[in-house]
Amino acid sequence: MTRTFVKTLLAAGLFAAVASPAGAEPSKPECLAGAKPGGGFDLTCRLAANALLEAKIIGKPMAVTYMEGGVGAVAYNHVIGKRGSDGNLITAASSGSALLIAQGKFGQYDETAVRWLGALGADYGVLVVAADSPYKSLSELIAAYKASPTDFSVAGGGAVGSQDWMKGSLLAKAAGQEPKEMRYVALEGGGAVLTALEGGHVKVGAGDAAEMSKHHAAGKVRVLAVMAPERLPGELAEVPTAKEQGVDIEWPVWRGYYVGKDVSDADYKWWADAFTKLVATPEFVKEREARGLYEYTQVGDAFDQQVKADVARFKIIAKEAGM
Amino acid sequence: MNLDYLWNGFTVALTMQNLLIGLAGCFIGTLVGALPAIGPINGIALLIPIAYTMGLPAESTMILLAAVYCGAEYGGRISSILLNVPGDAGAVMTALDGNPMARQGRAGEALMLSGLSSFVGGVFGAVGLALFAPLLAGLAIGFGPAEYFVLMVFAFATLGSMVGSQPVKTLIGCTLGLMLATVGLDATSGAYRFTFNEPELGDGIEFVVLVIGLFSVSEALLILEHQASGVTVIRELGRMTARLDDIRKSIGATLRGSVIGFIVGVLPGTGASVSSAVSYTTEKRISDTEGTFGKGDVRGLTAPEAANNATACGAFVPMLTLGVPGSGTTAVMLGALMLYNIQPGPMLITERPEVVGGLVASLFIGNVLLLLLNLPLVNIFARVLTVPNWLLVPGILVLSVVGVYSTHASVFSILLMLGIGIIGWLLRKAGFDMAPIILGFVLGHVMEVNLRNALAISGGDISILFQSKISIILWILAGAMAVMPLIAGWRKAKRMKTATS
Repeated sequence: MTRTFVKTLLAAGLFAAVASPAGAEPSKPECLAGAKPGGGFDLTCRLAANALLEAKIIGKPMAVTYMEGGVGAVAYNHVIGKRGSDGNLITAASSGSALLIAQGKFGQYDETAVRWLGALGADYGVLVVAADSPYKSLSELIAAYKASPTDFSVAGGGAVGSQDWMKGSLLAKAAGQEPKEMRYVALEGGGAVLTALEGGHVKVGAGDAAEMSKHHAAGKVRVLAVMAPERLPGELAEVPTAKEQGVDIEWPVWRGYYVGKDVSDADYKWWADAFTKLVATPEFVKEREARGLYEYTQVGDAFDQQVKADVARFKIIAKEAGM
Repeated sequence: MNLDYLWNGFTVALTMQNLLIGLAGCFIGTLVGALPAIGPINGIALLIPIAYTMGLPAESTMILLAAVYCGAEYGGRISSILLNVPGDAGAVMTALDGNPMARQGRAGEALMLSGLSSFVGGVFGAVGLALFAPLLAGLAIGFGPAEYFVLMVFAFATLGSMVGSQPVKTLIGCTLGLMLATVGLDATSGAYRFTFNEPELGDGIEFVVLVIGLFSVSEALLILEHQASGVTVIRELGRMTARLDDIRKSIGATLRGSVIGFIVGVLPGTGASVSSAVSYTTEKRISDTEGTFGKGDVRGLTAPEAANNATACGAFVPMLTLGVPGSGTTAVMLGALMLYNIQPGPMLITERPEVVGGLVASLFIGNVLLLLLNLPLVNIFARVLTVPNWLLVPGILVLSVVGVYSTHASVFSILLMLGIGIIGWLLRKAGFDMAPIILGFVLGHVMEVNLRNALAISGGDISILFQSKISIILWILAGAMAVMPLIAGWRKAKRMKTATS
């Protein structure tokens, strides 16, 4: 009995070893989304899964699995604890993950507990007001905010300390107010921010360009500034960056992936090479644009360095904001 | 008003391929709804990639997904009634009167009545969506944090009707629910409350985990206990068709449930769990003059069942008119639209009328298909009751565990569910109802978040809660709900006085 069991185990181990030879295409590619279906992590996973298959870089469809909890914290702990050496698995992350890591909200682990693989696209932070708002530019808004800060409730799709709150706090700081004093309304997602703006319940909204751009184009809200290094293509091409309007705020929301700490260098390199190959294909560009993401590519060590730099920067910002 | 888009939608939805897709969706949806823990959101998330890789056009995918969504609202009632195990979030209230009916040997009747009220609720919702969607978009926008808070005050005012014969236990249950709702990330301060450094508690206790624990696990334990102590459960199937008398009796309840369900569905911040709760407590307040609610009253069965189906349709209003999802499930459907490179938003109906029209038309067709699918199957569903306990109890437990694991992929959730189940079993033995706990949990969370957001907007000034027309109307309704039973009791006492003198 015991012997058969050991034999089975050995056989299984052998099978696993044969099934995933180092550096070859993963036999069971999987992308883990640390949230419910339909959210940003799901979108990130689907981008990799669909584009890799369409561009024929992987032969078998990539499975997308979900593990909800703590805006990715549960998935992060799961990958570190249980699947640290699984070369089949990539896990979706975003700059929001780096922000949470910086605030110590991912449990006991820090940014060095995984291997950061690459980012395939980005969104950018925006500040919006309702279409009938009297403010037409960021400087007008800041001037008015400065004059009477208590009149300006800022809504965002996340808790205090989240990315949307950070965007709002950058506005408050630009207007010379303590971010902690800001009247921040924590709503559930960008959709709720839109309805709160349209219904006149709040004065300013913090959100992401992709989601807000279509409502901007439909004339429902007005995007005052994009937090990007230069103007964005498409529907927001007319909207100046915050920098152009004299406020040095940038907030890229990159969408990327990590793998476990103990994934072999060969597997890591296979994924990194696959991403590098992928971003040059027309199939990928189509999939990225379909998801409302802007061009933003960083793969391998460069990305790893950037995430670490991000976390360090977020630690400073969060401290300044009094978190 | 121009309904051309709808007529075109019917021609889209009535093609052979789309009808078959709709039928398949209805079937999958009923199944997904009937299985505990797996709700429409999971069914839809699984189907999107399949539909996409099959190369279905956008309108066919939407028809498929809408059929699954509606089907799940129908299917949820089956396990609620037969096993006292809610099949999905909207079916929790259905168990309160549906399961007692099944215990009285009226399972077939309960299934048929609830099927009919689901149909009425669904069709009512679809009509409302087709005719008033643009108008209602204004209502959805008018609800800010302050208005949501007062809506919850109204819901709690109707809750008074749940107090019943044991007010202290009801209040304790409700408080337990409120306390459980505080677990997790506090959005207004960014702090974690009662999570004990456990990342899996960061988002709070999942509704599904709580419901499955409180209802199915504790139910399985109760059945086992009865078995062990030699109490035999009578399992009569009874008649398979509803009595005309009962149908007549539930017309009012069904219509009121439909209206409440649709309106709550239109509001982006609330879903089927809130609408079925509000319609049940409201109905109890209005109709429960003889104290029959909770003991198998057909009105207590039909009101929440009509409400959750109307909510499913109502949730499409903000999705189609504003591009903002009205529920978790419609949020996933918005994601599906984006896969087809269709930007959901206010321009959707003018840019892609065939998608909107096909979807709305498929809601009508889907409801008819679901009724046709459900009524003949009542007989088969009801046979679940004849399954012996040695098969039924492990079956319930396996479904619960698999259901929770499949949606959360975490062992922690399973342990939490089992722990909650054991506590629920002890509470039920002590004579507590599970419904107040659920109500406190669902309503308390929405209430707290919106109160704090409203006060964040006003800088702590509570006058914001009385400013808009919507809130004032809701305050008046809440007051009426709270005072009504007092007046009714007073009049009853007066009548008895005059009768005795």
